[in-house]
Amino acid sequence: MMSFVSYLVNGLSLGSIYALIALGYTMVYGIAKMLNFAHGDIIMVGGYAALITMATTWCPVWLAIVIAVVVCTVLGVVIEKVAYKPLRGAPPLAVLITAIGVSYLLQNVALLTQTANPKTFTSIAAGAPPFLLVFEGKAPLFFTAAADSPYGDLKPVLTISMETFLAIVVSIVIMVLLTLFINKTKAGKAMLACSEDKGAAQLMGINVNGTITLTFAIGSALAAVAAVLMCSTYPQITPYTGSMPGIKAFVAAVFGGIGSIPGAMIGGVLLGVIEQLSKAYISSQLSDAIVFLVLIIVLVVRPTGILGRKINEKV
Amino acid sequence: MSEKNTPILEVKELSIQFGGLRAVDGLNMRVKKGQLYGLIGPNGAGKTTVFNMLTGVYKPTSGGIFLDGVNITGKSPVEINKSGIARTFQNIRLFKAMSVIDNVKVGMQNRTKYTTIEGILRLPRYFKEEKQMNEKAVELLKVFDLDGEKNQLSANLPYGKQRKLEIARALATNPKLLLLDEPAAGMNPNETAELMDTIRFVREKFDMTILLIEHDMKLVAGICEELTVLNFGQELAQGETSAVLNDPKVITAYLGD
Amino acid sequence: MKRFKVMTMRKQTKNNLITFVGAAVLFFAMAALSQAGVLNNKITGLLVPIGIYVILAISLNLTVGVLGELSLGHAGFMCVGAYVSGAVSLVIQNSPNLAVPDWLRFALAIVLGGIMAAVFGVLIGIPVLRLRGDYLAIVTLGFGEIMKSLANNIYLVMDNNGLHFGFTQAPELGENSEGAKELLRGPIGMSAPQDTNIWVVSVVLLICLAALMMFIDSKSGRACMAVRDNYIAAQSVGINVTKFRLMAFTISAAIAGVAGALYSHSISLLAAKKFDYNLSILILVFVVLGGLGSMRGSIIATIILYALPEIFREVGNYRMLIYAIVLIGMMIFNNAPFFIQLRERIGASAPVRKLKGIFKKKKAGGVE
Repeated sequence: MMSFVSYLVNGLSLGSIYALIALGYTMVYGIAKMLNFAHGDIIMVGGYAALITMATTWCPVWLAIVIAVVVCTVLGVVIEKVAYKPLRGAPPLAVLITAIGVSYLLQNVALLTQTANPKTFTSIAAGAPPFLLVFEGKAPLFFTAAADSPYGDLKPVLTISMETFLAIVVSIVIMVLLTLFINKTKAGKAMLACSEDKGAAQLMGINVNGTITLTFAIGSALAAVAAVLMCSTYPQITPYTGSMPGIKAFVAAVFGGIGSIPGAMIGGVLLGVIEQLSKAYISSQLSDAIVFLVLIIVLVVRPTGILGRKINEKV
Repeated sequence: MSEKNTPILEVKELSIQFGGLRAVDGLNMRVKKGQLYGLIGPNGAGKTTVFNMLTGVYKPTSGGIFLDGVNITGKSPVEINKSGIARTFQNIRLFKAMSVIDNVKVGMQNRTKYTTIEGILRLPRYFKEEKQMNEKAVELLKVFDLDGEKNQLSANLPYGKQRKLEIARALATNPKLLLLDEPAAGMNPNETAELMDTIRFVREKFDMTILLIEHDMKLVAGICEELTVLNFGQELAQGETSAVLNDPKVITAYLGD
Repeated sequence: MKRFKVMTMRKQTKNNLITFVGAAVLFFAMAALSQAGVLNNKITGLLVPIGIYVILAISLNLTVGVLGELSLGHAGFMCVGAYVSGAVSLVIQNSPNLAVPDWLRFALAIVLGGIMAAVFGVLIGIPVLRLRGDYLAIVTLGFGEIMKSLANNIYLVMDNNGLHFGFTQAPELGENSEGAKELLRGPIGMSAPQDTNIWVVSVVLLICLAALMMFIDSKSGRACMAVRDNYIAAQSVGINVTKFRLMAFTISAAIAGVAGALYSHSISLLAAKKFDYNLSILILVFVVLGGLGSMRGSIIATIILYALPEIFREVGNYRMLIYAIVLIGMMIFNNAPFFIQLRERIGASAPVRKLKGIFKKKKAGGVE
């Protein structure tokens, strides 16, 4: 039972990271109607940015994270301006291939500057003690393990690493802030309006180009946070680190109904949980296959995802 | 069944509901063979919805549709086309990236017999039937004065010709009944006049029954023999064109109180 | 007389003929040259993979260009073809009782690979082709990844007791097992007999190309394009949308399976991880850059895009960087509204019109 809970917690943590990435996918899709295949590689850039800054002696962890976020945000905006903006109004497939080109570009720049060898990422929570769950009598007690544990003899039944804990907490905070931002602020409402109907939004005096840029900026910033959390949990990084999580987050976004922000959160978390549980109970080699199989089944049953809206073509 | 007075299309108590909205409510209609019948009404009256039910795009909530005495209610668009109804669309729906003649040939292909394998292997029946199809398609395009542009992309045709091509494509399926959804939409008076001639000509040449939706009252008064007026999904008036158009109820519905 | 006939031929027939003859001349010439030893090793080594990628590209073009559906799982069908054909070949080869000549075994393997890929095309197509656009894209991507994972976990061992099949782990062999041979080895992969050469690839490529062009230029192909352009209108003229979508998807899958069969018989050790979504995307890039619906474009784009980075291996790591930049640049130049307008404006300007006029006259004169 406790092992199930521990897998579940790991799944929630992984799922929170997927959700952060999926949010970027889904926001960009909602507003620019494009699949930003390069989104996964922005994660990789964020990871390297944090890695490199943390390696310098003067830089504290929090600053490294800020730098990673800034680097990714700028990168996302630049990519949008240079590669995607000229293609507004072009066939969707052309935009998709361009995004693939950007993905190749980022990977190869990383390959040239960082080589293909995996590098070890120092966790942002390195050295922080894990959370332990210990039963004393009947009441469960959470505490942070210290060297001189007052519960000395009692064995913990559940251990949650600081990284796992952070991933969940940080993601929840970000999702709450993002939801507030979108629903309460002018800029957030402009994003909603643009994803509904760009033409009408423009007529209402909304700066559509600016809103699209803002969307890319937010999506990329979220990717940077996801990168730091992910690399802390799975402490290795290569130029291809971003592509599989990117694809999975894309799956999560579709899962939840692409274009829907709550959908991306739910989809991401579900995906992480499914992946961890199938790794634990079915087969670790087949966990990816199971994730994709569930995706296919969900879409066959609900062709627009869990929270996606059905759009009927008017005849 | 093909007597002059039996209805080719009979609609009985046709209704459809979208959520809480009854878009069409208890419509009855009889279109006789060879007739030019008009379905008119203000915007949002449910005219196109009726067309969509007649062609199987929507399934009616209740009521029946009979083509030549055969119940076709609730059948799929493909089955309905095969049983003899063809249509055009309010917002033109051509196969834009295909040539003009290929648009028509797509309409004809259900009447050919060669299989996909025969097509890939280029067996004799492919050549025979493709040749026949080409000849018939050119003939049909000539009727609409489109044979000169047969190898152009259909998207490159001017607007009026696109409307004509849509009619030609519908006729290519060899229907008993042709439904035209606002054929004069977006046309100037000259084009509309020409279109009226074309519609009359199609009726004579192909011995066709035509049901059309239209906003242009001149066109309706000029060519339709009988009318049904819809308002808020219900029948407001029905009968001979001149009588219906002078009906005070109809005038009120169009002009307001 | 003959010449007259060629000139009055339908434009599409003529185009198809040019593509076919062009491909035939090109591939057979390259095959002959490499056999004669004129070409250096590097180029000879590129011929087979280029041929295989061309087959993949033209088959994907049927789904993406003609049917208008985005598929990111083409590698999955290739994987099915590769594994089925490889297993068939290995089993026959290791069965002393089966005296099948090599060429027949290879032919059988290719055909079975194609058929099984088609079966998977139908199986995945029936539920999935109800989806459209980006949803279909992600589901096909998922399918490809599933196929890769499954293939990655298949073990097949043959000993004196027959075939033993294992999934996720090698099968248990009995105590009296003798002469066990591992045919499929999970993540390590398989080593099918290396029968594929440039001649075989050329012949198969031409057969596939001809079949695809004939299909597209027939009523079924027209039906697919009608569905692509406007499926509601297609239904209204009696086209069974589901049937034709499934048909095109299946043909496309079958040909990808054939390409997979050629592939598995062309390299000494094939692991399933080769068939990931990056491969599907690579082929999609060939198709889109070559032009949707254009077989000739797919062939040319594949040859150029596959060969160039290989030939420029000396440039080292920079080649893929340059490739990415060129790819982005080309997409923007070809598709950005700004550049399209710019080209139109240049095309309409007086000097260019004059130039075009000269060329037209010359061309017309040549035919006279």
